[in-house]
Amino acid sequence: MSRYIDISLRVNGEDVRATVPSRLNLVDFLREELSLTGSHVGCEHGVCGACTLTVNGDTVRGCLMLAAQADGKEITTIEGLAENGQSAQLQAAFTKHNALQCGFCTPGMLASALGYLNTGGSADRDAIRQHISGNYCRCTGYQSIVNAICDVIEETSI
Amino acid sequence: MKAPDFDYLRPASLAAAVAMLVEYDGEAMPLAGGQSLMPMMNFRMAAPEALIDLVNLSELRGIWVESDTIRIGAMTSYADLKGDAAVQKHIPLFSLALPHIAHDAIRNRGTIGGSLALADPAAEMPALMLALNANIEVEGPDGARMLSADDFFLGMFETALDGELIKAIHIPVAKSEQRFGFHELTQRHGDYALAGVAIVQTSNTYRAAFFGVADRATRVPKLEAALEQNEDITSVLAHLNSVDFTDDIKANHTTRQRLAGVALKRALKGMTT
Repeated sequence: MSRYIDISLRVNGEDVRATVPSRLNLVDFLREELSLTGSHVGCEHGVCGACTLTVNGDTVRGCLMLAAQADGKEITTIEGLAENGQSAQLQAAFTKHNALQCGFCTPGMLASALGYLNTGGSADRDAIRQHISGNYCRCTGYQSIVNAICDVIEETSI
Repeated sequence: MKAPDFDYLRPASLAAAVAMLVEYDGEAMPLAGGQSLMPMMNFRMAAPEALIDLVNLSELRGIWVESDTIRIGAMTSYADLKGDAAVQKHIPLFSLALPHIAHDAIRNRGTIGGSLALADPAAEMPALMLALNANIEVEGPDGARMLSADDFFLGMFETALDGELIKAIHIPVAKSEQRFGFHELTQRHGDYALAGVAIVQTSNTYRAAFFGVADRATRVPKLEAALEQNEDITSVLAHLNSVDFTDDIKANHTTRQRLAGVALKRALKGMTT
């Protein structure tokens, strides 16, 4: 039965066991089986970044990873990042700067931005733009998102 | 779209992985980082009967400094390469190129071996291998063999792999008489290249490999010779006429040829010292 795989993983700090179809994407598993709908499904080929989440602490595309490949891994979705307070400062800055309109890209944008902060990214606007170039936003024109990320870096470095 | 159904297998050893490839008789594909293969499956451009996930083959992951080469395991991720001190010191071309390969979230999972085995014509890694004169160590049912990058890429998504897996890549350590250049033109940072080039200059000889321009990463021997003879740039660029440039929705062959020339000029201008 290699078309169904038994997996056990940790999602936002909780142990999860499941039997999943081999073709099921990680982000679909999280949304449909675990009802964690914070990670969004956009392009399904790794271009838009809406499904960005963290696996063992690294940002990855949830649509380019199979649920089967998450076996034994530690997954943190935007729900987990919000709950453990990791994204709180970014969320506040996004609100303050109006760095979202429809909100579809926001969970992925926050996860990507957090990856940038955690790897010691600088407040250089070009570097921030380059980093989030893997996340599409069709509302804001990115200006306010860059402002928000810049703000957090400047606040933290004081 | 979602990927079509397939068997998912996770072998515990390289021998078991090779046996599985044999068992599926060409209908199975190895799964490395999946950052190009998964989109192709979601687009239904690829529909393998089985995916053989190489994640547990720890011998395929690592960077080893040998006397005059760096040996890189096929399953080593771009993120690991980017952060590795030996790679930064001994393969300067990687430091120039890696920031252009997609984005952090992709680089955390995408692997060097996966990129070479898939042989996407717009990917950076095949061109880097050609420019660096790398050797590719593969293993199959009939044992192991070593292929030079020049003999490896046969066409669009087509390689010399014959029921084999890539085990490691051997890259010569940079020498003091070498200089390196890289330039890539894209619609958005991190996208696949519309045109790009990787250059290794050794004294006055050149290896220049273009990507994103034709059905595979391509060297143009006459263009390299023209660079060596220090010809003026117009006659160097004239040798691009021999390339069968790609026409697609993003750029037609005329535009691509022009962009390849722009990439070459900028790469030459930005050569390492």
